[in-house]
Amino acid sequence: MYPHVHHQPDQPILNVARLSLRYDGRTALEDISFHLHAGERVAVVGPNGAGKSTLFKVIAGVLRPSEGEVTVYGSGPGGHVCIGYIPQRSQVDWRFPVSVADVVMMGRIAKLGLLGWPKKRDWDLVRAALETVGIADLAGRQIGELSGGQQQRMFIARALAQEAELMLMDEPLTGLDAPAQEGLLALLGELQRKGVTVMVATHDLEQAARYFDRLLLLNRRLVAFGVPEQVLRPEVLVRAYGGHMTLPDGQIITDTCCEGGEHAHA
Amino acid sequence: MPMLDWLLTPLQYAFMQRGLIAAVLAGVICAVVGTYVVLRGMAFFGDALAHTILPGVAVGYLVSGGAREPLFWWALGTSVAASLGIGAVSRSGRIKEDTAIGIIFAGMFALGIALISTVRSYAVDLSHFLFGDVLGVSVQGLAWMAAFGLGVMLVIAALYKEFLVISFDPVLAQTLRLPVTRFNNLMLVLIAVTVAVAMQTVGVALMVAMLVTPAATASLLTRRLLPMMTIAAALAAGSGVVGLYVSYYLGIASGAAIVLTSTLGFTFAFAVKQIKRVI
Repeated sequence: MYPHVHHQPDQPILNVARLSLRYDGRTALEDISFHLHAGERVAVVGPNGAGKSTLFKVIAGVLRPSEGEVTVYGSGPGGHVCIGYIPQRSQVDWRFPVSVADVVMMGRIAKLGLLGWPKKRDWDLVRAALETVGIADLAGRQIGELSGGQQQRMFIARALAQEAELMLMDEPLTGLDAPAQEGLLALLGELQRKGVTVMVATHDLEQAARYFDRLLLLNRRLVAFGVPEQVLRPEVLVRAYGGHMTLPDGQIITDTCCEGGEHAHA
Repeated sequence: MPMLDWLLTPLQYAFMQRGLIAAVLAGVICAVVGTYVVLRGMAFFGDALAHTILPGVAVGYLVSGGAREPLFWWALGTSVAASLGIGAVSRSGRIKEDTAIGIIFAGMFALGIALISTVRSYAVDLSHFLFGDVLGVSVQGLAWMAAFGLGVMLVIAALYKEFLVISFDPVLAQTLRLPVTRFNNLMLVLIAVTVAVAMQTVGVALMVAMLVTPAATASLLTRRLLPMMTIAAALAAGSGVVGLYVSYYLGIASGAAIVLTSTLGFTFAFAVKQIKRVI
C-alpha cells in the first residue's frame, strides 16, 4: 500500500526543473530550476509571501506543480518516504494528546506498513533520534510541555526516525530565543555530518550567511542561488526585496530606480 | 437491602435490560469515535450528520409501515451516503465548509420532518427519532448494534497509528505517502456507522452530545490518546447506566437523562480543573 522507490545514487538528491505553481489564478512559484547534492545545507530566503512554504510543499510532494517537475534521486517525490517536512510551530495543535515519543514514532509509520506495529528496532530508532537531538529525557512528556526549541528538536527527531535524507524546515528559528537558535543551528551541523541534506526557510539573512553553504533567494521566482557572498549583494537583494532594506553589515540600500523616479515627476 | 432493591427492581423488566445494554453499547462506541471528533474539531459535522439521516429514517418508516427493525438499515445507508456527500461538498471549496454543512443539514432535516408529518400519529414517532427510544430496542436491534459497533472498534484498532497521524499532522501523512483522502473518508464512514448504531438510544437531536461530551471530559483528565479513549468509553458507559436509572425513577425521557448525566460529568470535571488552576 505504501510505495517505496529505489534511489539512483548517481542522480542529485533534489532536482527542480522549470517549476511553476498557480492556484486561484495567482502565481505562487514561477519557473524555478536548481539542484542539490547530498549533504548540502541550504537556506531559503526571501520576503514574506515569496513562496518558501509552497516550494517546500511541492518538493515534499504534498502540492503538485502546475508546470515543470521535481525529482528526488531521479524520480518524482510522490514515491519517496525519505523527505522530512518540519512544519512551522504555529501549524501544530500543541494540546493534542500525544507524548514526544509518540510524535517521533509517527516518523516510522511508512516503514511499519499497514497493520504493522512498532517493534524493538523502531523504539530503538526513536530513542536514538531523541538522543541525537538532545531531548531523550523528555520522551514521555506531552508535547505542549516543551519549549519552542525543544519542539523543533522533536520534529527533527521525527524526521531522523523517518530516516529522512532530505529535511525541509519551515522557519524553524522563528520565535526562538538566541540560545535556542544557536543550539538548533549547531544541531543542523550535526545533521550535515550524518549526510542529511537540509533546506531551511528563514528570514534572517545574517544567520543564513553564517551557517549555510548556499543561499536560495526566492521571490516567486528564483532570484539567486549560490554561496552567501554571491547572493547577499545589494544589486541582487534589491531584486527580491525591492524598496529598501538593511544588509547584515548594517549598510542600507534603497531602491531608487523605480519608486523615486515617479515621485520626481509628480 | 433497600439499595440493592433499588438497583434490581428496574432489571425485572426485559425492556430495561435491553435498554441498559443498548445505552452502554452506544455510549462506548460514540465515545471512542467521538475522541477523533473532538480532536479533529468535527463536532458540527457530527451534529449535522445525525440530523441529515432523518429523511432516510422517515422513508424507511413510511415504506415499512411503522416497523422498527428496518429503520436501522435506512439510518445506516443514509448516514454513510450523507457523510461522504458532506465530505465531498466541503472539499469542493466553493463555499465555506461550515456554511455548506449548515445548508445540507437543515434542508435534509426539514425534509425528514415533512415526510414524517404525512403520517397521522407523527408526533410520537418523530419524538422517538429526535430524542431516542432506548427502551424500545429489540433483541435483533441489539445484535446489529453490537455487530456494527464491534466492526467500528476493530477498524479503529487496526488503523490506530494511521488515524493518529492524519488527525495530528496531515502533511506528515502525505510525506509518508499514506492514502490520506481514503483514510479521511473511512473516518467519515466510521462516524456515520456510529451515528446509525446510536440513533435509537439518543435520537438524532442529542447525538452530538454522545459524540463529544465524554471525549471532552476525558480530554480534561488525561493527555494521552489511548487513555483518553478508554476514559471516554468508561464515562459514556457510566452515563448510560446512571441516566437510565434516573430516567426510570424520575420519569424523565431516557435519551435526555443519559445526555444530562454525561453533561454533569463534564461540568464537574471542568469545575474541578478550574478550581485546581486557581489554587
